[in-house]
Amino acid sequence: MVSEPVIQVEHLRKVYGPTVAVDDVSFEVYQGEIFGMVGTNGAGKTTSIECIEGLRQQDRGSIRVFGADPQKEIHDIRRKVGVQLQESQLQPRLKVWEALDLFASFYESPLDWEKLLEQLGLTEKRNAAFARLSGGQKQRLQIALALINDPQLVFFDELTTGLDPQARRAMWDLIRSVRDDGKTIFLTTHFMDEAERLCDRVAIMDKGRIIALDTPENLIQSLGVESRVVFTLKEPHDIACCRSLSGVTLVEQNGDRVLVQGKGEMLVVEVVTALAKEGIRFSDLRTEQPNLEDVFLAVTGHEMKD
Amino acid sequence: MRGFWKLASIEFKLFLREPSAAFFTLVFPLMMLFIFGGVFGNKPQYSGLGIVDLSVPAYTAMIIATTGLVSLTISISAARELGVLRRFHTTPLTPTAILTSQVLVLFIMTTLGMVLLLIAAKITYGLRFNGNVLSVILGFLLSSCSFFALGFVLASIARTARSAQVMAMALYYPMLFLSGAAIPKWVLPEAVRTYGQILPLTHVVNLLTGLWLGEPWSDHLKEVAVLVVMMVVGLVVSAKTFRWE
Ligand SMILES: Nc1ncnc2c1ncn2[C@@H]1O[C@H](COP(=O)(O)OP(=O)(O)OP(=O)(O)O)[C@@H](O)[C@H]1O
Ligand SMILES: [Mg+2]
Repeated sequence: MVSEPVIQVEHLRKVYGPTVAVDDVSFEVYQGEIFGMVGTNGAGKTTSIECIEGLRQQDRGSIRVFGADPQKEIHDIRRKVGVQLQESQLQPRLKVWEALDLFASFYESPLDWEKLLEQLGLTEKRNAAFARLSGGQKQRLQIALALINDPQLVFFDELTTGLDPQARRAMWDLIRSVRDDGKTIFLTTHFMDEAERLCDRVAIMDKGRIIALDTPENLIQSLGVESRVVFTLKEPHDIACCRSLSGVTLVEQNGDRVLVQGKGEMLVVEVVTALAKEGIRFSDLRTEQPNLEDVFLAVTGHEMKD
Repeated sequence: MRGFWKLASIEFKLFLREPSAAFFTLVFPLMMLFIFGGVFGNKPQYSGLGIVDLSVPAYTAMIIATTGLVSLTISISAARELGVLRRFHTTPLTPTAILTSQVLVLFIMTTLGMVLLLIAAKITYGLRFNGNVLSVILGFLLSSCSFFALGFVLASIARTARSAQVMAMALYYPMLFLSGAAIPKWVLPEAVRTYGQILPLTHVVNLLTGLWLGEPWSDHLKEVAVLVVMMVVGLVVSAKTFRWE
């Protein structure tokens, strides 16, 4: 990536009493990328993002957003950024359209909020009070509010928590279109598939530290995790042919269910060719490519949901 | 101050949507007026003024306590607890704009409550007035500001919206009944009247009633001093202790 760093974080540290929430974290976010932070509950994502937003003050380290210090020069930064907080409510009796109209009034040249309302599927709810919205609708409203000033940089703390699968995908498209306008996006998420498919770069955070940071593809490749092919035999058969394939490291047979594990993207082709050659009939063939979940498990030593 | 007027107009609507706040500011004083007026009438007794005439400045003091102490405290601490203030903090909106818009809206509501009271008392009981209009307006402004300052302090001290509400109520009810605001002073026992001096609202009642009767400001230097000190100390303390979350 050859563009400017929009966010620069160096040796960020934040403690709460005995808890070290963020410990010596350094990274940069560049213009025009979707930067994601993943990690388990309490990993320090919200603490990091809120220090960058200027809502919390770090104990050590330096933060620059558009070259400015969020603790000292926050006013200029505020105009250019949009923020969706992990936990924040609006006044229970505030209506959806009023919230948009209100937040639009804080900025010099806000977006047309009628259009945002439509993009986020909230048109029907425009006259509903905040307290009467469902969790996902509240979340979508918060996303709309984060985008209302047409920000150069947008923070989403848990972008799609509480959204149904369809709304999640719609949100991904929306975020990509924002990125394609040249905007920068910093998000945190619990969903590995979201980080993998949506983010240009991903930082894996664990116990207050960033333990891996790269594009999803590089993270997956660097791991050298093997892919798997799983299929069901139609009739009992010897599957020695699979063992002798180059790159295969493991073959497991459990009744008529067979698992072949090995390196290389061509594994599935090789397995299928070998089976065909031997005349072995099979069904229900599936391949499992290594994904970010595997990376996470490998670098942290524990599952995402622990 | 971009966004200030929009914020104020939204706060105004939100106030009116809160049934209890609107009730205690706009309707309850009228109920008091009609109950006391219905029982005692408004025959001239004290230097040409009747009970209703003397109750109107006292009920005005009650309205000031309701908006300044209760509405302001609860609305700020609730906004903080819900994370609304924090959310505002991520926008270019300044704390001054947020707090000023609150004060403006509550001041308008207080004035509205008083005006409704005046109109009702005029129509129903032929309200009489011996003072100077400008003096009463000044006294009303001073009293409102010092109670808003008190509300800000409570909102800053309280950790949660719940405790803010408890604290506001714990101050509000004794003041209402012991300061002469809701129950006329001449009905209260001597001891209550003496100890009532420690309640800020007593000074509002005395000042507004005095100005209503046409007494000069020089008779009320004590009240003015107490209210000015309360306002200044309150503003300094609340500016120093303001918290977004
Ligand atoms: N205001 C606070 N006071 C005390 N401790 C805190 C505070 N905020 C966070 N912590 C602690 O710091 C650690 C990191 O919390 P943080 O909210 O940053 O995690 P997170 O990665 O955002 O988690 P989640 O996925 O649950 O949102 C946790 O152990 C948490 O208990
Ligand atoms: Mg979090």
